[in-house]
Amino acid sequence: MNHVIVVGSSLAGLRASETLRVGGYAGRITMINAETFAPYDRPPLSKRFLSDNWDDERIALRKGDDLQSLNIEFKNGVEATSLHTDTKKVALSNGEQLTYDGLIIATGCRVRALPGQPTADNLVMLRTLKDAHQLRGQLVPNAKVVVIGAGFIGLEVASTAKNLGCEVTVLEGLPAPLIRGLGAQMGSAFAEFHRGKGVNVRCGVKVEGFVEDAGRVTAVVVNGENVDADVVVVGVGVTPNTEWLEGSGLALDNGIVCDAYLNVGVKDVFAAGDVVRWPNAAVGETGAPELMRIEHWTNAVEQGVAAANNLLASSSGNAMTPFESVPFFWSDQFDKRIQFMGRSHADDEVEIITGSMEEGKLIAAYGHGGRLCGVLGLSMPKPVMLSKAILASKPSFADGISQLRALLA
Amino acid sequence: MKIVVDFDLCASTGGCARICPEVFEVRTDGYLYVLEENPGEELRDKVIEAAENCPTGAITIED
Ligand SMILES: Cc1cc2nc3c(=O)[nH]c(=O)nc-3n(C[C@H](O)[C@H](O)[C@H](O)COP(=O)(O)OP(=O)(O)OC[C@H]3O[C@@H](n4cnc5c(N)ncnc54)[C@H](O)[C@@H]3O)c2cc1C
Ligand code: SF4
Repeated sequence: MNHVIVVGSSLAGLRASETLRVGGYAGRITMINAETFAPYDRPPLSKRFLSDNWDDERIALRKGDDLQSLNIEFKNGVEATSLHTDTKKVALSNGEQLTYDGLIIATGCRVRALPGQPTADNLVMLRTLKDAHQLRGQLVPNAKVVVIGAGFIGLEVASTAKNLGCEVTVLEGLPAPLIRGLGAQMGSAFAEFHRGKGVNVRCGVKVEGFVEDAGRVTAVVVNGENVDADVVVVGVGVTPNTEWLEGSGLALDNGIVCDAYLNVGVKDVFAAGDVVRWPNAAVGETGAPELMRIEHWTNAVEQGVAAANNLLASSSGNAMTPFESVPFFWSDQFDKRIQFMGRSHADDEVEIITGSMEEGKLIAAYGHGGRLCGVLGLSMPKPVMLSKAILASKPSFADGISQLRALLA
Repeated sequence: MKIVVDFDLCASTGGCARICPEVFEVRTDGYLYVLEENPGEELRDKVIEAAENCPTGAITIED
């Protein structure tokens, strides 16, 4: 193997390249970067980058000289436009065609647009550093900020904007915030938490349109009523960046469908990060792994590493290692840190093991089909991290709860 | 002040390095390095902030 192409130069892509070097690969690495910035970290974009005016360098994933030492050829501001696995070629938006021996696809996700959504300077879909720059200057005291979608990122922006003195309204179509991540019961608790901090959280409302004036959005229409806006942030979920792979023969269905090795079905072609859908043996019944796509930081890192190691193995005729992982994410809402280990579902049983929302600290166990499926922590990071081993052993709900109690004792 | 990182918990997010680069650094091998295990008192506030912001609760400050 003399040339590895990595498409997508964010977290998963960079970790893959680094892993190739750690694994002793000394050949050429080309990273295709649709953005113009060197690889940077997204989580601060909804948090300290907005509130504390951090500069771009501060969120770089690696220091300049460290990045240089990897000896990677970056194609910045260039997109991959198609993949031809028979000739091992990737076509680029600048007209070039590159031939690879090994390929890692890490094109991640982008924010989904709402039907009829206009383009305006004061309407932001927060995913990139460019988006964060667009948003930051507009979060001034008393600005009316309307956040559409009460997912984690939407609520992080709401907290940050509120802390900056903005007047914040959150519009959510479902009956509670965070339902997809934390289920209805805890989602409602977080709605109350945000209301207590002065955020106007409106659930079960449908966005019907936008009012525009002179190229700006001046209001969002919900249930026939205008909600005035100086800034609108759309955070209604993300969609995987796979359009460029249409016609490539790869299986695309809410992400690139991979096998347990993160292989896409073609030798020496792997995928990693938010764009991947794969059978995760750490989740679901034993012998029936759940086909899932995970949109969280640690997963992108772990998959970047796993995909690169499996590429090194397959290209040298060695055995690959299946990738499995207990999903994990964190989110910061005002002064609270939410962490979740495992997987939640809308109809999970939830049992609070210790603490409460009122105390601002808690650990809750999530049960599904009689098994422990997730552990939520509010500002109690250690027990959540330690619950990973418990979740990996897939105990019954009752047994899982006793193990969690023992952990906390 | 002595800094102890529990590497079983640390996920190498680099969150601490962003707040206190004098003490923490994530390198291209994907690991967190503690550059200074016994930093001076002038860094106490920053180190406390880094510990509080660590998403895995991996950082402890002893005395
Ligand atoms: C504002 C924000 C806050 C977040 N906060 C948290 C958090 O607190 N905790 C947590 O666990 N996770 C958080 N996340 C999620 C985390 O950042 C993602 O899981 C992670 O960035 C995924 O990395 P990735 O490399 O798979 O994909 P991405 O980061 O999406 O990167 C994909 C890259 O590929 C590029 N690309 C796409 N198509 C092409 C193409 N055809 N050619 C070339 N390049 C292409 C894209 O432009 C992008 O640069 C947050 C995300 C955002 C946006
Ligand atoms: S913030 Fe915590 S998890 Fe992230 S690198 Fe630092 S110690 Fe590790």
